Amino acid sequence: MNSDKITKIVLFSVSFIILIVAGGIVFSLVGGAIPSFKTFGFGFITSSHWDPTEGRENYGALPFIAGTLITSFAALVISFPLSFATSLFLGEYYRNTRVAKILGTMVDLLAGIPSIVYGLWGFYILRPFLIGIGFENQGFGVLTSSIVLAIMIIPYATSLSNEIISMVPNDLKEAAYSLGSTRYEVIRYVTVPAARSGIFAGYILAFGRALGETMAVTMLIGNSNIIPDGLFSTGNTMASVIANQFGEADGLKLSSLIFIGLLLFVITGIVNSIGKLIIKKMN
Amino acid sequence: MKAINETENINSRIRKDRVFLGLVVLFSVITVSPIILIISKLIEKGYKQLSFGFLVEKTPDTMEAMTAIANNELIPGGIVNGILGTLLMVAMAAVIAIPIAIITGVYLYENQGKWLANITRNVSDILQGVPSIVLGLISYLWVVKYVTNGFSALAGSVSLAIMMLPMIVRSTEETLKMIPQTLKEAGLALGIPYWRVLTGILIPTGFSGLMTGILLAVSRVIGETAPLMLTALGSRAINMNISKPTSAIPLLIWEFYNDPNMVDMIWSSSLLLMIIVLAFNLTAKQFAANRK
Amino acid sequence: MNTNILQVKDPILAIENLSVAYDKNVAVKDVTVGIKKNTVTAIMGPSGCGKSTLLRVLNRMHELYENIHTTGSVTLNGEDIFKMSAIKLRRKTGMVFQRPNPFPTMSIYDNVIAGYKLNGINQKKQERDEIVERSLRDVALWDEVKDSLTKKGTFLSGGQQQRLCIARALAFNPEIILLDEPTSALDPVATSKIEDLLITLKEHYTIIMVTHNMSQAARISDYSLFMYLGELVEYGKTKNMFTNPQDRRTEEYLTGKFG
Ligand SMILES: Nc1ncnc2c1ncn2[C@@H]1O[C@H](COP(=O)(O)OP(=O)(O)OP(=O)(O)O)[C@@H](O)[C@H]1O
Ligand SMILES: [Mg+2]
Repeated sequence: MNSDKITKIVLFSVSFIILIVAGGIVFSLVGGAIPSFKTFGFGFITSSHWDPTEGRENYGALPFIAGTLITSFAALVISFPLSFATSLFLGEYYRNTRVAKILGTMVDLLAGIPSIVYGLWGFYILRPFLIGIGFENQGFGVLTSSIVLAIMIIPYATSLSNEIISMVPNDLKEAAYSLGSTRYEVIRYVTVPAARSGIFAGYILAFGRALGETMAVTMLIGNSNIIPDGLFSTGNTMASVIANQFGEADGLKLSSLIFIGLLLFVITGIVNSIGKLIIKKMN
Repeated sequence: MKAINETENINSRIRKDRVFLGLVVLFSVITVSPIILIISKLIEKGYKQLSFGFLVEKTPDTMEAMTAIANNELIPGGIVNGILGTLLMVAMAAVIAIPIAIITGVYLYENQGKWLANITRNVSDILQGVPSIVLGLISYLWVVKYVTNGFSALAGSVSLAIMMLPMIVRSTEETLKMIPQTLKEAGLALGIPYWRVLTGILIPTGFSGLMTGILLAVSRVIGETAPLMLTALGSRAINMNISKPTSAIPLLIWEFYNDPNMVDMIWSSSLLLMIIVLAFNLTAKQFAANRK
Repeated sequence: MNTNILQVKDPILAIENLSVAYDKNVAVKDVTVGIKKNTVTAIMGPSGCGKSTLLRVLNRMHELYENIHTTGSVTLNGEDIFKMSAIKLRRKTGMVFQRPNPFPTMSIYDNVIAGYKLNGINQKKQERDEIVERSLRDVALWDEVKDSLTKKGTFLSGGQQQRLCIARALAFNPEIILLDEPTSALDPVATSKIEDLLITLKEHYTIIMVTHNMSQAARISDYSLFMYLGELVEYGKTKNMFTNPQDRRTEEYLTGKFG
C-alpha cells in the first residue's frame, strides 16, 4: 500500500472519532434518560412538580424549561441595543480604525471571562445594586441572571453582525449617499436591510449560547423550582438545576437530570442549527 | 420639489443622524464597560492575597480561615492544588483533543464538498454548541461511572477535551483553506508524498493559525467550572493521580463562594484565573496578528 | 491662460483651481473648467489620471473617506457646493456608478423611489406611482418591468439594472447627472440603449460622464474634457477635439498611442 493511501485512511479514521463522540453523547443521554421517561413519559416536559422526597418522588421539567427560555430571551432583549450598537461601531462607523480595534479586542475579552467570574460579579456587585433600587428576593432572580447573561452573549451576537455589516458593499452605501441620505439613513435603509439575515443569525447563535450557560445563572437565579412569573421572580434553568442537584443525585433523580440534559442538548441543537442554516442560506 | 420646510427637514435629519451616532458610541462604551469593571474589581479586592505563597501553598481548611479572620489576618495558604489540577486537566485535555482535532480539520479541508465531510463538519458545529454542563454529564456517564469508578481528573479532562475538539477542528480547516492551493500543488508536483506535503508544507505554513485556534480553545476551557463539578469534583489536597478527584482553580472559586469563611480567597483566585485566561487569549491574538 | 481650454459662458457648474489629494498623493491638479447646461460632457483620459476622483468630488462623495482632501472651489448655479449641505447638493447631482448597484433588498419600485424614502419624504401613493412611471419611462425601462415592479431589482439583467440606477438618480429631478463609466460592465446592446438614453436626457439634464470608450464619447458627447496625470489638458467641443486636437497628449491618446 502506498503512503498516500495510508494517509487518507488515517485522516478518515481519526476524523470518524468526532462522529462517534457525537453519536455516543446522544446514545448516553437517551440511555440515561430512559428510566425517567419510563416513569413520567412526556408528562416530564409538561409537569411542574419537582419533588425528590423519597417515597413520593416526582420530577417535572417544565419550570426549568420555562426558566431557561425566559432568562435567555430576556438576555437577548437586553443585549440587543448594546451589541447592535457595538456592531455598528465596529463594522460601520469606525471600521478599520484603531479605536475599533481596541473596542473589538475588549469585546472579544468579554467572551474570555469565565462564567463563574461573571457569577461573582453579578452576586457581589450587581445584586447589591439591584437590592438598593428595591429589588425583591435579595436581588436573586430572572432579571439579575438575564442582565449578566446579556453581557456574556454580547460577543457572540456582535462578532457575526459586525462582520456582516462591514461586508455590505461600499458601492451600495455610496449609491444611497449620492441620493442625499445621511449616514443614519444609509444604515437604516441600506446597510441593515442588506445585513439583516446575518445580524439575525448572530442573535440566534447568541440565544443558543445563553440557553446553556450554567455557573453565572446558577449563582444568580435563586434556584427555586417554580415557573418564573415575571422578571423579578426567582427560578431555575435546565443547566442550573443540573449543576445544583447533581451532587446528591442517583436513581430516578439522576435519570431525570440526564433527561433535562438531553432536552437541553436538543433545544440548543435546534437553535444553533437554525442559526447555521440562515448563515448557509446567505452565501 | 416642494421647497417649503426643506431646510428644516434637512436640519432635523442631520440632528437625528448625530443623535444616532451619539447613541451608538454611548452603547458601545456601555458594552465594554463590564470588562473594565470586572477586572478592576478583581484587582482591587484580590491583589492583597496574591503572593508567592498563594501560588505554592495548599488551600487551608475552614477552621484555619476562620481563625485568621478572627485575628484580622490574611487567610493563610494558597491554591496550589487548584493550579496543579487545572494544569493537569487542561494539559491532558489538550493532549487528547489537539491531534484528533487537527487531523479532522485536515480531513475536512481535503474533502471539501464530499457528503461525509459535510456531515462531519455539521456534527462538529453542533458539538460546539453543546452546553458544557451537558458534556460534564456525558463524561460522568462515560468516565466516572465506567472508567475511573469515581470522580477523577481524567473525567474532567474528557469533558474539556470534547469542548476543545470542535473549536480546533474549525480553526484548523479555516486556516488551511486560507493557504494558497498552489503551495500544495507545488509540493505534490515535486513528487513529495502527500503526508509530507501536509506535515512539511501545509501545517508549518498555517502554524500561526493553528496556534491561535489551540490557544483560544485552551483559554475557553481553563475557566470552565460546571463540567468539572460533575466530573473532577475537587479536592483540598494536591492530586496528580488521574483517576482521583482533583481540584481546579474554578472549582476552588466555587468552593470558596459556598463557604462564608473563605470569601476572601475568591477574589485572588478569580484574579489569578483571569490573568491566566487573558494571557492565553492575548497570546492567541498575537499569533493571529503574526499571520498577516 | 491655457488656450486649449474652452471658456464657457454661464456654466451651470464652474470648477475653479480644484485639486484633490489622497493623503499627500495629488490625483487632480488645479483643474479649472466650466460645464454648460443641457449638454453631455465626456471626461476622458488614461487609467489613473483622476477622472473618477474629479467626478466624485462634484457631489462630495470624497467626504465619505477621511484621507481625501480638496482645495479650490466648485459652484453650482453660482452657489458654492462645499458651503451648502451635502444632502442638498447630492439631491441636485445624481450619480450613476460603474457597476449597476440597485439596492438588493428593495423592489424595482422601491429602488426608483429610494431617493424619496431615504430622504424621509413621504408622498401619496399616487404621486409615487407617477414618479416611478415617469422615471422608468425616461430610461425606457417601463415597458420591460411594469408588470414586475414588486420584484427585486437584482433580478434584472445588467443593462436593465443600470437603467434602473439611472432612473433612481432621475427620480429626484437632479440638475446634473454624473456617470462614471456607466457602460463598461455592459454588453454592446445594453450600451447602445444607454447611449441613446443619455442623448434624450440632456434635454432636461446636464450630463457629465467618464468614459474610456472614445467612440462613445464621439457619439454622444457635446463637449469633451481630456485629463492626463491629474491635469486638465484640453477641453472643448467634442467634434473639434476629435478632428483637431490641440495638445500632443490628447492627439496621442485619441489615436491610441497610449491609454
Ligand atoms: N482610495 C484611494 N486611495 C488612494 N489613492 C487613490 C484612491 N483612489 C484613487 N487613487 C489614486 O488617484 C489617482 C486617480 O484615480 P482615479 O480613480 O480618479 O483614476 P481614473 O482616471 O478614474 O482611472 P480609471 O480610468 O482606471 O478609472 C490614481 O493614481 C489612483 O491611484
Ligand atoms: Mg475611474
